[in-house]
Amino acid sequence: MSRTLGKIVAVGVITLLILSANEVFAQDGDTYVIRGATIHTVSSEPVKNGTIILRGGRIVAIGQNVDIPSGAQTIDGTGKHVYPGMIDAFSQLGLTEIGSVAATNDATEMGRFNPHLNAHTAIHPASEHIPVARANGITHTLAAPGGSGSGITGQATLVHLDGWTVEEMEIEKSAAMVMTWPSLATRGGRFGGFGGGGGRRSFDEVKRRFDEQVEEMDDWLVAAQHYKQAMDAGSTRLGRDLQLENLTRVLDRGMKVIIRANGHREIESAIEFAGKWNLDIVIAGASGARKVIDLLAEKSVAVILGPVQRLPSNQDDPYDDPNTLPGLLADAGVEIAFATFGSSDSRTLPYEAANSVSWGLAKDDAFEAITLGPARILGVADRLGSLEVGKVGNVIVTDGDPLEITTNIEHVFVRGVPSDLDNKHNRLWEEYKNRPLKAKAVTTT
Amino acid sequence: MRQFCLLALGLALTVVGKAAAQDTPVLIRGATILTAADAGKIENGAILFENGRISAVGLASDVQAPSNATVIDGTDKFVTPGIIDAHSHIAAESINEGSVSVSSMVSVMDVIDPTDIAIYREAAGGTTTSHVMHGSANPIGGQNAVIKHRWGEDAGGLLFQGAPPTIKFALGENPKRSRSAGTGLPQRYPASRMGVMDVIRQAFVEATEYRREWDAYEDRREGGDQGAIPPRRDLKLDPLVDILNGSLSVHAHSYRADEILQLMRVAEEFGFRIHTFQHVLEGYRVADEMAEHGAHASTFSDWWAYKVEAYEAIPHNAAIMTERGVVVSINSDSGEEGRHLNQEAAKTMKWGGLTEAQALALVTINPAIQLMIDDRVGSIEVGKDADVVLWENYPLSSYAKVRTTYVDGNVVFDVDQDREMRVRIAEEKAELLETLGEDEKEETGTRGGNR
Repeated sequence: MSRTLGKIVAVGVITLLILSANEVFAQDGDTYVIRGATIHTVSSEPVKNGTIILRGGRIVAIGQNVDIPSGAQTIDGTGKHVYPGMIDAFSQLGLTEIGSVAATNDATEMGRFNPHLNAHTAIHPASEHIPVARANGITHTLAAPGGSGSGITGQATLVHLDGWTVEEMEIEKSAAMVMTWPSLATRGGRFGGFGGGGGRRSFDEVKRRFDEQVEEMDDWLVAAQHYKQAMDAGSTRLGRDLQLENLTRVLDRGMKVIIRANGHREIESAIEFAGKWNLDIVIAGASGARKVIDLLAEKSVAVILGPVQRLPSNQDDPYDDPNTLPGLLADAGVEIAFATFGSSDSRTLPYEAANSVSWGLAKDDAFEAITLGPARILGVADRLGSLEVGKVGNVIVTDGDPLEITTNIEHVFVRGVPSDLDNKHNRLWEEYKNRPLKAKAVTTT
Repeated sequence: MRQFCLLALGLALTVVGKAAAQDTPVLIRGATILTAADAGKIENGAILFENGRISAVGLASDVQAPSNATVIDGTDKFVTPGIIDAHSHIAAESINEGSVSVSSMVSVMDVIDPTDIAIYREAAGGTTTSHVMHGSANPIGGQNAVIKHRWGEDAGGLLFQGAPPTIKFALGENPKRSRSAGTGLPQRYPASRMGVMDVIRQAFVEATEYRREWDAYEDRREGGDQGAIPPRRDLKLDPLVDILNGSLSVHAHSYRADEILQLMRVAEEFGFRIHTFQHVLEGYRVADEMAEHGAHASTFSDWWAYKVEAYEAIPHNAAIMTERGVVVSINSDSGEEGRHLNQEAAKTMKWGGLTEAQALALVTINPAIQLMIDDRVGSIEVGKDADVVLWENYPLSSYAKVRTTYVDGNVVFDVDQDREMRVRIAEEKAELLETLGEDEKEETGTRGGNR
């Protein structure tokens, strides 16, 4: 009874915090109306010739017959489509600027066990990548630390892709703890692995290293558990340890754990580990998940899939292995989300999702996997991911199907206010398409 | 004896170099045909190909099939020319000879790997011809190969017979090896964009002199001087003389507008033309100059920010260059991207506003023009090679899916055949694993790795 009460109080406090956050950042007085559009709510049937009203940062009305408040700024949505903004469920947006320049990369820290590090501390709100992604309708992302090799990579932050500071962008500062599972690949893996590259190793050697590294993960959780017990018991002999203090948060399903794993045996191992420690896990990557679909379904483990436009993992895999996997997972009842795992290419998120549609994933499910799906996976479906009264006003207006390449994104609202669609690319385009034709005289002087 | 050996070798090369002939005529009827030619889009169209060539194309009602033809119902489906990838590195054993600044003596044609599964996987994305290029380690790189995706043929059988030769140049970060610091690679001139241009200029000074020596020798021979001594053959300079003579076309890896401009000026100094700029991510800044020089451009759809010289790249690049009169293609540079160049082309309709026909041209007739094989491939016209893609749905879309890909009229990929093949492969693999597993258990007493 008291526990339930505590939960209610906790939820109340959180709700208050969210409301206060939005009160601070949204321009309370401004009301925005999109009228006469097809409103694709994702959570229910589309509303044709519908109107949606945003006020105080939130969606306050959706329907065919809603009163339009006076003084509202209105967009004529005739022939247009309204959707929730898209969520890139795992990216490095804000954490990297130019791939090959180390000085611009803040996604990866030294060392393999960094549970105390948080992406939030390095997100660069002025990154040129953010407006580029936003202009194509990506309104949120889980900005996640990377890492070289297996280990506890750090905490990922869920952000709105608009804001003057990271505090304005933030939805959940510690949305998830990212772990990178060791790899059993004998040729060195793209993710995890043993430092990458190198020649082929014997399976026995790789398996021995793998077991050692899983044991290391286990040791860290043992240490976190002991630390928690000591702290809960009011120990004064133990100094404050930021690594362990942060890692204790994943115990008893206190913080979501995203485990990066690709091969089916790695996924099996991660799920077994999560069961042992009662972790609330999501598998990220999962390129080799085909052989463990039933296990994922049985254990209700959600999956954040990487780009569909990737090569099959093995030489003898079917050419369309990446395309068919999302549909197979969805058919089995596994919750899926798509993510780019990148930054500059985050704008291609809807096309990655679309590339599984002709291979078995329903079109609506593909779109849900970049909106409400990731919102559920990341535990924010009460606020984001669909168009429902009371949810945060993250909305896009398009001239067609957002999964289709040729569709244009005409308006983007983040936290209930219009976002600037200007970006580095549009600016350069405007500038250079208007370059005066080169005068012949210039070359002859 | 030696003559006999050479003759035998010549015969062998002829045999392997000849691709299998198409046995039965194929008629695809009722499809929407995007021709990438003057005929534009033909709704409810039909295409007939026989003996590896397109023999008829038009309205379904106008095209008659021979009685022995395989007739395919194309209702609700689309037909395009086979996609041509103007910049690829698949099917090659090695890519870069990076030890020297000028590696014009080497050729990718010597290292074609016909077992690379990318040949098949790209065919499954509609790609039928690829320009397999030397890497970008040197200001003047090696010679390239043009292949058709005739999966199952040997190295000789993949080569696009009659495709004019091409050579790779490279500018900017890669040839100056700005990213090799700390990699243990030896330092090598050049280390700056100044040095890159100098290496190219020096090489053509040498080549001009070499050509003059040969011209003088040939003049003496023609003048009846039987005692004239020929200059020593130089395999590095021979290709450069071909460039000067216009018989070897230059495909130059480039990013920044300034280096694009400078290379055109160096070429003009020696009287030749840069045939095609590759990557050319800042081509939009010097499109007029490129058009004036006569250079083509082969670029990416939307990649940017992976290095400094790609930080000003914009997805409107192809559109701006097209509008300013440059022949533009979209290429892959990747065995993955080469599986969906149709979608990459479609992005130029969104970013830059190209028409459907302009977008399709970026991956069909335009790359064919750039590789000077447009008399053979790149569009659906009578007499051209039957390199044809049958799509399940609209190809310039994120939902696009290939049904069948034909090269020279032969099926190189088909969805149904692929399904059957993967069952066979799975069975074969299972049998092999069974054997391997037993052996390993006996030998080592451990669990065998299965991949």
